[in-house]
Amino acid sequence: MKSLLKLIPYLKRYKKTLAFGVLTVILSNLFYILMPHYIGKVMDEIVLSAKNKIVDKTIFINYAMLIVGFAVAGGYMTYLTRQTIIVVSRKIEFDLRNDFLEHIQKLPMSFFQHTSTGDLMARATNDIASVRNVLGPGIMYPVDTLLTLIFALGIMLTKDWSLTLYSLIPLPLVSIAVFRIGKSIHKKYTQRQEQFSQLTTAAQENFSGIRIIKAFAREKFEIGQFKNLSLKYMNKNLELAKIQSLMWPLMFLLVGISLLIVIYFGGLKVIRGEITIGTLSALISYLLMLIWPMIAIGWVTNILQQGAASMQRLINNFETIPEIRDTEKTDKSIKSISGKIEFKNVSFTHLNAVKPSLKNINLQISEGVTVAIIGPTGSGKSTLVNLIPRLFDSSEGEILINGKNIKEIPLEILRKNIGYVTQETFLFSETIKENINYGLDFLDIELIKEAAEISQISKDMADFPQDYETLIGERGITLSGGQKQRTSIARAILRKPKILILDDALSSVDTETEEAILVRLKILMRERTSLIISHRVSTVKDADIIIVLKDGEIFERGTHKELILQNGYYTDLYNKQLLEKELESL
Amino acid sequence: MQQDEILGKAYDSALMKRLIKYLAPYKMQVAFGILLSVVVSLLEAVRPYFTKIAVDENIKNGDAEGLLKTTLLFFAVMMIRGVVQFFNAYLTQWVGQKAIFDLRMKIFEHLQKLSIRFYDTNPIGRLITRVTNDVEVLNEMFSSGIVMVFSDIFLIIGIIWFMVSMSWQLTLVSLSVLPFLFYGTFLFRRKVRDTYREVRLQIAKINTFMQEHISGMIIDQIFVREKKSFEQFKEHNANHRDANIRTIFYYALFYPAVDLIGAVSIGLIIWYSGANIFGGAVTVGTLMAFIQFNEMFWRPIRDLSEKYNIMQSAMASSERIFTLLDNETFINETENPHKPSKTLGEIEFRNVWFGYTENNFVLKNVSFKISAGKTVAIVGHTGAGKTTIINLLLRFYEIQKGEILIDGINIKDISQEDLRKYFSLVSQEVFLFSGTIASNITLGNKNISNEKVIESAKYIGIDNFIEQLPKKYNEEVKERGATLSVGQKQLISFTRALAFDPKILILDEATSSVDTKTEQLIQHAIEKLLSHRTSIVIAHRLSTIRKADSIIVMHKGEVRENGTHQELLKQNGIYSKLYQLQFKEQEAV
Repeated sequence: MKSLLKLIPYLKRYKKTLAFGVLTVILSNLFYILMPHYIGKVMDEIVLSAKNKIVDKTIFINYAMLIVGFAVAGGYMTYLTRQTIIVVSRKIEFDLRNDFLEHIQKLPMSFFQHTSTGDLMARATNDIASVRNVLGPGIMYPVDTLLTLIFALGIMLTKDWSLTLYSLIPLPLVSIAVFRIGKSIHKKYTQRQEQFSQLTTAAQENFSGIRIIKAFAREKFEIGQFKNLSLKYMNKNLELAKIQSLMWPLMFLLVGISLLIVIYFGGLKVIRGEITIGTLSALISYLLMLIWPMIAIGWVTNILQQGAASMQRLINNFETIPEIRDTEKTDKSIKSISGKIEFKNVSFTHLNAVKPSLKNINLQISEGVTVAIIGPTGSGKSTLVNLIPRLFDSSEGEILINGKNIKEIPLEILRKNIGYVTQETFLFSETIKENINYGLDFLDIELIKEAAEISQISKDMADFPQDYETLIGERGITLSGGQKQRTSIARAILRKPKILILDDALSSVDTETEEAILVRLKILMRERTSLIISHRVSTVKDADIIIVLKDGEIFERGTHKELILQNGYYTDLYNKQLLEKELESL
Repeated sequence: MQQDEILGKAYDSALMKRLIKYLAPYKMQVAFGILLSVVVSLLEAVRPYFTKIAVDENIKNGDAEGLLKTTLLFFAVMMIRGVVQFFNAYLTQWVGQKAIFDLRMKIFEHLQKLSIRFYDTNPIGRLITRVTNDVEVLNEMFSSGIVMVFSDIFLIIGIIWFMVSMSWQLTLVSLSVLPFLFYGTFLFRRKVRDTYREVRLQIAKINTFMQEHISGMIIDQIFVREKKSFEQFKEHNANHRDANIRTIFYYALFYPAVDLIGAVSIGLIIWYSGANIFGGAVTVGTLMAFIQFNEMFWRPIRDLSEKYNIMQSAMASSERIFTLLDNETFINETENPHKPSKTLGEIEFRNVWFGYTENNFVLKNVSFKISAGKTVAIVGHTGAGKTTIINLLLRFYEIQKGEILIDGINIKDISQEDLRKYFSLVSQEVFLFSGTIASNITLGNKNISNEKVIESAKYIGIDNFIEQLPKKYNEEVKERGATLSVGQKQLISFTRALAFDPKILILDEATSSVDTKTEQLIQHAIEKLLSHRTSIVIAHRLSTIRKADSIIVMHKGEVRENGTHQELLKQNGIYSKLYQLQFKEQEAV
């Protein structure tokens, strides 16, 4: 429950509206609470009129209008309550969700590697929704309930305190019953949920393993297994249903007993002339008004518990510290960077990993140079280039750009000057134009076309329904792997980066187009630095330096010609690719 | 996801007809349930009537004894009502649960029949939703929706009956506001439906945006686009908030309005009472009863909007479920299946043509024959069609042209179950189910005895490892075998294949790297697995290829070379190149 305290700052923003909302709850209760009292007066008036044989019709009309008047006033207040408290809850939901996204935007790559998208989505939707429930109904109903309880009991006691106390005898039983049954329901519900998740897991496994199941002709057995779990789940549901079915009848019975007490003892009092029939009627009405609050207590507790658990999950997220960010060490005077990069004894170990991914990397790259990185899967190629835009920070050693440790360069300046094409291309469900222009504040279609020409995506535009305005993704067209890569390259070079990183960015592009792109890049990047990761010799052969990474270490380095002669990994790769080419032609 | 967002109408008679069929086996219980709810409703409606008797007949006449009698009678009625209500509620749930169970099993059984082609194109997450959440939504409709509608209708009828029996004039007066209530509810429902749809739409937009921008968060960071993305998100979020606030407005209006209409009705009753005291039409007790009826009357009508939501979701879910049940991507069984009498294990592909999509052939005119008891290795470059051969042999897909024969019988003439009993499949990626080690070996096949399991494990050489586990063969296997190493998982899948003792073994060798000791164990196990039976292996190990009786070289969907290792090397064709590319390195080890 403590976690809910964290909501106070959010509530404070709307404190005036909320205070007004609470006031309207009080007022609406006052109006509604007066209605039974006046209905009671009407009863007395009827008895009186019957006895005296005179009727003053205006009195009845006045009472009728008074009651309708109370309903109008009370109703208006209820309307205002919803328009304040519930509306505020939606506003806080909005604030919370914004804060959530803003916070996770700052978190580093390692966070996203260890947290599933589904999990984060669940927090942003379900958890925030259940916190919202606390803020809306969770505030409105307890206040309402409490006030009804106080007002109704207050009036009942002034009307006839002894009768009120008699009638209240079963009410503690109601609360105890709600509590006991609630606990039992909670227990059964948890069991049911466990059984449900077993059922889900079984379905998940079955569908994922359908090939094995079919191959071994195990369908009938699997149906039997699933039937067992379904039966168990059904039985848990029925156990739950039994208790739930018990709940309402028991409630009504207990409340009904209260009602009987009032009718019988109250009736005796009326017979003895101690109270009027109107008072009895009012007492009955007030008693009926108390039913709902008694039940609501259990319900609200549930909302609060769920909300608290959800809030705790949100807090856990908010408390994840963005490790990679500008600190006091950051030199704010740096406004641009050059392409001169130096790795000094850089080592890196992934979170929870046993072995380091990079060991003692030393590398100097001058401006205007093209560096190619090659090596087997898992040798640390991507990790190496990820360190430059600080997607990770190195565990040991330092990386310098233009002689400055990259941790001292403002993160925004550093990243704005890097054009990065990631291994897995990721485009957004926007137009091609917007995707190429991604992250830039201005939009110049000529520049976009120029970048598209260099990356050779321009020649595909004729095939797209609305060329640069074509929407891609789920609601638009689907691009091929090569088209995605070429769009990503255009996106990376449009910003005229000082450092260009291509992480296996030409793998789905045919060799001819690859050649065309590389030639154009060479001109563009003449005074800038390029780092190209590839598996293909054809991509890397013209680079100024080629580095072979193996198990996180630099294994070979040199130009294409030098490496061919070394008869090592590079030579082997070169020969194999020649063979593959031959095989392709067979 | 998109498909799951659509919400349609709240009632569709065609869907409803199909749904009701699932209640047919329980029609006696349903009828009894309806009967019970009539009783409950009538006993509920009798409550204000007792108040009237107590006031008008007992209290008014000073009859204390009569009052006690009335009170006790009232108590008895309440007790009966409580008991009946309990049984009714439970029975309703029982029927709903039974029907849901049947439906869930029907969906699951249907899914087991659907072919691999269906699974290729349908995301697993969506299928899971069908057997879990969608069915769950229907449960809500069956158990709270349908029967509640009946009990609400009877409650209303009961109330009106009692009201009329007390005073038909007052009944007319008190119900004169009904048209306003109906019109108000109608208006509210229409408005709320529109705003509700808007809320759903905005939620879907938020979800899509978040999904995309969380997956692409690194791109946002690299391109320093966080601020703009945030602004975009804020806009979606604000639209969602505003749509909700619009919904709140209608709710804020509706609830007090219903209360107000109720109050007007009470006001009218009072006015009428004042005007008709001497006509004897209105007594204090009648008035009290009518005020109580008034409250009872509004509840079912007020709840209508909630039931509308339940029905709407139920219709959407049932539409998705029935779409799945109507999908008939089956591999059709032959009418008169050939019961194989003697099983030898001879395989023949005769001019087989196959493509996963029409006219895009992955296998072109493939023919080969494997004699019973022989081991054949299939090699080829990526995309040559190796795995496809296995998929076709198991009849996961239907071929377009040609024939596949086992022991001289076309596989289409054998039932799928009989066909697959010929084989054990060891796939590249080992799939373990949650359960025990033993259950992963037998896959629940009762014909495989414990002795057979242990014998197989010993033969494969994983027995030592299993014996060291705390619960041995009954050691729990977590989802996907998370606690086991890659090598151990492979050996378990070998044991599984061996325990089934198939005529034909299909092995898709895994390429994953394991330590030398495990590698030796695996090589040793494969050797044992392949002996004494027809085996077809997609080979990645030089040791396996060398021992094969013959090697089929696949290239671009065709069988290009066929022979032993030595013969093929001499040919200096595709195999010799593949050898240098894929297997030569293993020579050194």
